[in-house]
Amino acid sequence: MNQKLKSYTAQTYIAYALIAPAALYIILIVAWPLLETIRLSFTNSSLAGEDYVGLENYQKMFSSKKFNGIVTRTFVWMFFSVSLKLIIGLIGAVLLNANLKGRSIFRVLVMPPWVVPIAIGMLGWLWLYNGYFGIIAGVGMRTGILDGPFGFLAYKQSAFISTIIADVWVGTPMVTVFFLAAMQGVPRDLYEAAYCDGASRWDRFFKITLPQITPVIITMSLLSAIWTFNSFEIIWILTEGGPRGSTTTLIIDTYKQALGNYKFGRGAARAVVVMILLMLFAGFYLALLARINKKISHE
Amino acid sequence: MNKYNPFEKILIYFGIFVFMTFILLPFIEMFYASLRPLDHLFRSPYQFYSDDLSFWAYREMWNTVPMLGRYIFNSFFLASCVAILTLIFVIPAAYAYARFKFPAKNTSLYILLAINMFSGAVILIPLYKLLRTLGLLNSYQSMIIPGVAFLIPTAIWLLKSYFEKIPIDLEEAAFVDGASRVQILRHIIAPLSTPGLVVVGIYAFIGAYAQQFLFAITFNQKKEYMPIPTGLYEFIGYQSVKWNEMMAAALVGMLPVLLLFIFLQKYIVEGLTAGAVKN
Repeated sequence: MNQKLKSYTAQTYIAYALIAPAALYIILIVAWPLLETIRLSFTNSSLAGEDYVGLENYQKMFSSKKFNGIVTRTFVWMFFSVSLKLIIGLIGAVLLNANLKGRSIFRVLVMPPWVVPIAIGMLGWLWLYNGYFGIIAGVGMRTGILDGPFGFLAYKQSAFISTIIADVWVGTPMVTVFFLAAMQGVPRDLYEAAYCDGASRWDRFFKITLPQITPVIITMSLLSAIWTFNSFEIIWILTEGGPRGSTTTLIIDTYKQALGNYKFGRGAARAVVVMILLMLFAGFYLALLARINKKISHE
Repeated sequence: MNKYNPFEKILIYFGIFVFMTFILLPFIEMFYASLRPLDHLFRSPYQFYSDDLSFWAYREMWNTVPMLGRYIFNSFFLASCVAILTLIFVIPAAYAYARFKFPAKNTSLYILLAINMFSGAVILIPLYKLLRTLGLLNSYQSMIIPGVAFLIPTAIWLLKSYFEKIPIDLEEAAFVDGASRVQILRHIIAPLSTPGLVVVGIYAFIGAYAQQFLFAITFNQKKEYMPIPTGLYEFIGYQSVKWNEMMAAALVGMLPVLLLFIFLQKYIVEGLTAGAVKN
């Protein structure tokens, strides 16, 4: 007993010592700035200095129609982007999981959008979306869908959709690769048993593959939702939040307020809203994750 | 059971073709545009065919973007520093999470996961002020320091799962045989975890190479420290963009990561797959 207790505490000390450097780094570079952001949101901080202003930043923010529009827009943008990533990713994974010639090459070819720097990929999309000379407008004009040059990023609705498509392009490969890995992790004997029992390919997908990879699907929805919510570079490079604010999501707005005109206080208030929303997401999904894990261990 | 009839085969290949078109079209079009003369690009509606393709833009871009070489070096340098620093912080922590039981273990793992969910944009203001106070704005450090912080959480989770796959029996057996912790680390953990370290290292490098935008445009205005993405982004602000050279430079900027990835993709894919296959 005594021996056990001693080794237990020794273990604890070793563990804490090993974790300490990473923990301190994160406390200094992430945790402290988060708290400082909360504090700054109650001030009128700028490059000149700061004074405590109470809830003024929040009052101004929530009473502005523009801000409420931004919140709604963020969720709509996110909803479409995440759903498309998951659906296309799942279809892609099923296709690449098929035991056909060339699949190992295709599996590598899926990954470039994920691997290359987002910002550089977006330079390519800027060219694709070019209203006069881009290939998308070109195909549109030649097939008669468009009756003239069309700047995809110049109009409210088309810019909104265009940024979603670019975001889906960036996010899909990772979803595909993880789904694919999960599908290959499903024990083969399950399929063999089902095959012997005469289950169709369709049945095998819905009754074996899908339930087996559900934990990965939920994890990916979690991560995908959060990354999409945080998506900055794609919108910034394609539209900088325009035209007329139609692609300004919360993250873009926070950035513009804080570092566009160095109104740190106002920017911080927006950052706090982002923080709270992210925490809600995280809490919601972590709870879901815990429930799934429980379910699995009960079976 | 895995035989497909010809109809199914055609259907699957067609599906793959559509899927791949979506994924690869931007790259193909970027490459094609980079080979075409500028006056062919500036025709509306889009011309699908050019007869005089050349690599001229790849030579000319070094003049149009005079610091391109420097940007490429910066990107490499920044990503390497971030990856190495991340590994240094993450290896001991991941080992502790994989092997020891201690109070608040699960809670802190979840906090880590939660921290990973915060975008850099949320903490830009305090970081900006901090870096300004320390006199680190417009320097390599201004991009490295926040970069590392945002790779640590995922890297710990990834590496932890690699360490966990090393059977604990091996360590216990060695421990019973009187091996010290250092010996266990050197002779058992280190060799067995090399593939994991390689994968996590590459993950960190690619992650660091990919994230070179937000912190770079916010904390650094100096051209000589700019990584490729911000360097090229500046270049797009020019009055008329020379799209063929722009696309050429963008492709050259992607090439290092793409090559590294193609060269090492087996490790990465195996690493990811291993996590899902063997429990």
